[in-house]
Amino acid sequence: MYVDLMQLKGWLIKMGTTNILIVGVGGQGTLLTSRIIGSLAMELGYDVKLSEVHGMAQRGGSVVTHVKFGDKIFSPLIEVGKADIIIAFEKLEALRWLHYLSDTGVIIVNDQKIDPLPVILGIAQYPHDVLDRIREGSSKCIVIDALSIAKGLGNDRVLNTVLLGVLANQLDIPIEVWLKAVEENVPSSTIEINKRAFMEGYNQ
Amino acid sequence: MKKLLLGNEAVARGAYEAGVKVATAYPGTPSTEITECIASYDEIYAEWSPNEKVALEVAIGSAISGARAIVSMKHVGLNVAADPLFTVAYTGVNAGLVIVVADDPGMHSSQNEQNTRYYGMAANIPVLEPADSQEAKDFVVLAFDISEKYDTPVILRMTTRVSHSQSIVELCEPERQKLKEYEKDVSKYVMMPAMAKARHVAVEERMKRLGRDSNTISINKIELNDKAIGIITSGIAYQYVKEVFHTASILKLGMVYPFPDELIREFAAKVDRLYVIEELEPFIEEHVKGMGLDIHSGGMFSIQGELSGNIIYSSITNKDLELRPKADIPGRPPVLCPGCPHRGVYSVIKKLKLHAAGDIGCYTLGALPPLEGIDTCICMGASVGMVHGMEKARGRDEAKKWIGVIGDSTFIHSGITGLIDIIYNKGMSTVAILDNSTTGMTGHQDHPATGKTIKGEPAPVLNLVELIHAIGVEHIEVVDPYDIERTEEVLKEEVQREEPSVIIFSRPCALLTKERKKPFVVNQDKCRHCNMCLGIACPAIVRNDKKISIDDTLCNGCGLCANVCRFNAIERLVD
Ligand SMILES: Cc1ncc(C[n+]2csc(CCOP(=O)(O)OP(=O)(O)O)c2C)c(N)n1
Repeated sequence: MYVDLMQLKGWLIKMGTTNILIVGVGGQGTLLTSRIIGSLAMELGYDVKLSEVHGMAQRGGSVVTHVKFGDKIFSPLIEVGKADIIIAFEKLEALRWLHYLSDTGVIIVNDQKIDPLPVILGIAQYPHDVLDRIREGSSKCIVIDALSIAKGLGNDRVLNTVLLGVLANQLDIPIEVWLKAVEENVPSSTIEINKRAFMEGYNQ
Repeated sequence: MKKLLLGNEAVARGAYEAGVKVATAYPGTPSTEITECIASYDEIYAEWSPNEKVALEVAIGSAISGARAIVSMKHVGLNVAADPLFTVAYTGVNAGLVIVVADDPGMHSSQNEQNTRYYGMAANIPVLEPADSQEAKDFVVLAFDISEKYDTPVILRMTTRVSHSQSIVELCEPERQKLKEYEKDVSKYVMMPAMAKARHVAVEERMKRLGRDSNTISINKIELNDKAIGIITSGIAYQYVKEVFHTASILKLGMVYPFPDELIREFAAKVDRLYVIEELEPFIEEHVKGMGLDIHSGGMFSIQGELSGNIIYSSITNKDLELRPKADIPGRPPVLCPGCPHRGVYSVIKKLKLHAAGDIGCYTLGALPPLEGIDTCICMGASVGMVHGMEKARGRDEAKKWIGVIGDSTFIHSGITGLIDIIYNKGMSTVAILDNSTTGMTGHQDHPATGKTIKGEPAPVLNLVELIHAIGVEHIEVVDPYDIERTEEVLKEEVQREEPSVIIFSRPCALLTKERKKPFVVNQDKCRHCNMCLGIACPAIVRNDKKISIDDTLCNGCGLCANVCRFNAIERLVD
């Protein structure tokens, strides 16, 4: 389907600068999600900046990617309290980065628990009330079991595309644009399963 | 055409557009992607060098012989390359030479927070500092022009947030660069005292000329706005400043050394209050103060860590931002991956209560509880020299409680010379090389022992056993670290030996093998909750109250946990 990019940009401008924070555990595939959003925003004519974590934290540490798009972006980093949307691939990470959420922001939480080392060692407890604390601290919280959905589709690695689908539903960008971006950014052998994963998230 | 590029990818694109012929590097976060990306251009010869000193020397050779060259490294890499650095400033270049150095304020992936600007000052080399990907590309092209115009190497200083942020870049066509004539010139290229004295004079003159020209260079520019506040800044700090003070006047320094004194005075005269905003040490601030100018931000910012928009805003306006507090929850430090071959070695080191002089790589993570397998980590290669020093200091009996632990890439980088020292000076230390067939920590780069070049072409394989034998080590064992019994046996034997020995623990990084083996499960009937398996710190092993289970999405099927379980309660999953 043909999409008029300028008209689209008109819709989006209502939102000013959009700040999306993507958080998770190193190795969960957060980078692909941010790159899809970034390339899509650029295609829509926005100024875009992404800030990524490479290196040490990728080894199972807490990782964060900042995605910002709008008319003109200076800093690649989102400040505390300024995220419009947080996508959390793991729920303790959602809580760790929650203070970045704006008063009116939306947080999307994958209902998955990955124990950090201090918990594995029994030095610390994985808080039992994580989701309650996230709900309390946010104006809108969407919880989804993306891992089960991905497993149901036959590949736990498409978890990130499920979450992308949930995000897509929160933004005013037509679904065709998203699906095209998914197609362009995943390995060609996995396009079909990724599209299905996206739709599962989108329709939640 | 426009493209969204990482700062590091933009540097690579700049090298391509500037007609670079030779690109060298040793990997190191946050610089690694520069040369990985350059390697995708067929027009450019690219290599992983064994270390940064060699990388710089190869680049110098290219530049002096007449072809543009770029060399990239992380900040601590410049320490390794410092010897050629200081003297290539004397010889000058011929064709352009750009040295890209990526600093890591906040130490996301580094052992220190050093500031490359001081290297520029100490070695008399100009330093450029881009603030986003577009500038990263443009500054590389400009750096080559400066390098050839002034016959000097140029440092391009990146920082983590510029290297690892993506922003939009306008791509240009590459320039065609002809090979420059090479002329033998002993007075310029042979730095022995008589010649070096004359060249030192040339260096001083060049820096004076550069200092003068920095007042008018395009990348040092004043953005005049509201004159109540004037901010001198550069690099990523510029972006934070723009984010919070839309209307302030700014002097943005694209070249932070040498300083544009006239431009600074001109700017200072135009604004009411002068601020300098920069990360790490007050490099620009000290200079501006030294010029006798009044600075309102003196000592306002911490020398440690990174700045942010919020920090700058609350410091300058003296307002406490009422920010939401961070949740008080358990931290999530990085860990060895499930299936990591390093894990088994550390579990044995711990069991045998050995001390280890450690080194830098993924295996440094073995220092953390519960493995606690290494005692020290200073810099790449240090483990080998240090374990030898400990033996000489504390005697041979004590040496039997110590080993050196080093990765394969790190051993080739700078462990070899330490081992030669042990042999030459009649040491008896044991060195364990954790050979996972890759440079793991920085994201899997090839090296001389992997059999592949940076472009993925086959290469001769450095044979570690033969090399170590040739150095003079008589006792060399090669052990699969998944074989825990053998690992223990060999470690016990070799540390006791009164002669030097090397154990090569050989098993490819778990992330290199894409196929996942069948995961393991805990047989709850057999589990006695002794928690032995937790002692190996595998992220796939989960404890809920007392119940131990294995997360099948994380488990990679290595079986180390089954190996350490005394009750055979951990079994491989069968369909
Ligand atoms: C002088 C210097 N150059 C580069 C680095 C970045 N760096 C840290 S560890 C490492 C190599 C690790 O490879 P290896 O020794 O094979 O261990 P592995 O991570 O694979 O376990 C590198 C390149 C550094 N810390 N210091």
